[in-house]
Amino acid sequence: MLLNKSPRIGIALIGIALAILPFLIGMSFGNAWIRMLDFALLYIMLALGLNIVVGFAGLLDLGYIAFYAVGAYIYALLASPHFGLHWPLWAILPVGALVAGVFGMLLGAPTLRLRGDYLAIVTLGFGEIIRIFLNNLNAPVNITNGPKGIAGIDPLAKSIEIFGYQLHSLYLIYYLFVALAVLIIVVTLRLENSRLGRAWVAIREDEIAAKACGINTRNVKLLAFALGASFGGVAGGLFAGFQQFVSPESFGLFESIMVLCMVVLGGMGNIPGVILGAVVLTVLPELFRHWAGPMQVALFGQTYIDPESMRLLLFGIALILVMRFRPMGLLPSARRKAELVEHA
Amino acid sequence: MTVLLSATNIAKYFGGIRALKDVSLTIKAGEIYGLIGPNGAGKTTFFNVITGLYPRDGGDIVFDGRPLHVDSPHEVTKAGIARTFQNIRLFAEMSALENVMVGRHLRSKGSVLGAVLRTPAVRAEEAAIKAKAMDLLAYVGIAAKAEVRAASLSYGDQRRLEIARALATEPKLLALDEPAAGMNATETAALRALIEKVRADGTSVLLIEHDVKLIMGLCDRVAVLDYGEKIAEDVPAVVQKDPRVVSAYLGVPYEQ
Ligand SMILES: Nc1ncnc2c1ncn2[C@@H]1O[C@H](COP(=O)(O)OP(=O)(O)O)[C@@H](O)[C@H]1O
Ligand SMILES: [Mg+2]
Repeated sequence: MLLNKSPRIGIALIGIALAILPFLIGMSFGNAWIRMLDFALLYIMLALGLNIVVGFAGLLDLGYIAFYAVGAYIYALLASPHFGLHWPLWAILPVGALVAGVFGMLLGAPTLRLRGDYLAIVTLGFGEIIRIFLNNLNAPVNITNGPKGIAGIDPLAKSIEIFGYQLHSLYLIYYLFVALAVLIIVVTLRLENSRLGRAWVAIREDEIAAKACGINTRNVKLLAFALGASFGGVAGGLFAGFQQFVSPESFGLFESIMVLCMVVLGGMGNIPGVILGAVVLTVLPELFRHWAGPMQVALFGQTYIDPESMRLLLFGIALILVMRFRPMGLLPSARRKAELVEHA
Repeated sequence: MTVLLSATNIAKYFGGIRALKDVSLTIKAGEIYGLIGPNGAGKTTFFNVITGLYPRDGGDIVFDGRPLHVDSPHEVTKAGIARTFQNIRLFAEMSALENVMVGRHLRSKGSVLGAVLRTPAVRAEEAAIKAKAMDLLAYVGIAAKAEVRAASLSYGDQRRLEIARALATEPKLLALDEPAAGMNATETAALRALIEKVRADGTSVLLIEHDVKLIMGLCDRVAVLDYGEKIAEDVPAVVQKDPRVVSAYLGVPYEQ
């Protein structure tokens, strides 16, 4: 492949493609689709964070969305009329990453001895606790504004004019998200091929053997929770600035499961797989939503099933099909692929 | 010779079962020390206790002149005891090379920040880890299988890989739990040569084994466990003739 022979040319081509992509999409389909593109990038960052915990270290975490929520609320509190603070983006994101990382450790510490189902249940509870806190921290002191959420959050970018041409803020946000997603991808790739990355996989494969190899499994697991959570915190901050509104509703169990599905569907532990999973699960449901209504009208003359609920139905069917026919995900990691071939 | 490991009155219970009853033994530096006994005698439990996998219910362990803190297995490995497992425990999805590279964890120090920034120091350390792991694969004789998934290796090669991974932690004492189990005669002979080489290169060996011929030919001293009790400890020739040992193995009461 071109990419293998000359990585620089490959990277340059990908760069050019990423640079012109929003214009192609914007001109052909409209701004709504650039918005979706931005969301896909957000989910890539989120899924890569969860992949560290679930894919690399093998710790099933069903409360991951809590860290997204923490990052989002940090942004909302530091850049909105709610407290009258208006910190700049570059100052908020590190704070969000740090606080989410600390929350990651808070979740990690009591669950160190748990695995599998038990871990899943405890983390699920943790995710719900955070959401319930956000819901109720409006009294006696109003911190989160409760179920009403926080509105009027400072936008990530404003539309600008270049050479008399109006560039919509969605484009600028796209470039910001691409830059941060690339950063997170590079960080994840480097972590994967490091001493720490190997220790994570060792714990996933056999925790007792990992201990016998001299790995301090407690510290290494806490690092997985903290780093994964900090990625979620960054993505959450971007989400808040993008939507300019946050409320506890956005951070329910379904969102956690959705991100987990992205990781599993694409190919757990495999970075390109996780990216693909995030893109597919962001784009497909949107496509269904756009087509399901008109298609029913064309076929039957009226809509029988609400496109919104059909979206979830198809989402479920897609997952079942993947689990049935590609249990290792759409893009399994090289190791797992080798295993599939051997057994074929 | 100096004493490397001295375990005194080690006790371990599993509910009502007394798996180890005040077992004491000393291993000298440079020794190949055999631990034998019928199935269920407590040999593996002894390994699990000294390597910190199970908390002990009594007794003291001094290793390399210092009391051994056995509440965390990685501390034991750091102190210099590395082990293999009776039922092989490899990182199945990793290649043979990666398995041994994990064994270098303790003897390397690359941090999160170093990994993310790919500093020259971290890159040099990664290269060193890889080179050392390759050397160890060659040492145990499976260099050609470096890129093979651990789970796809033959049984004998998996056992060798486990030894290479244990050696990667630079132990002073290598503890092997039935390394010859399931091996054919050729593989066993090669294993024996490997264990002798390990000792010659300065690592003491604690060996649990069922293959009596292997034990008798290889070990400097042998201890025999039966129902959690040490019933003999001596050079192989003496142990072999000990009536209590014979009766333990044949199931004949000692008095007859
Ligand atoms: N984790 C455990 N839980 C309960 N009993 C155990 C456990 N491990 C070992 N035992 C018991 O301790 C005794 C010694 O077992 P083990 O050390 O495996 O013997 P050996 O390795 O000599 O064959 C046996 O009776 C065994 O059933
Ligand atoms: Mg045993």
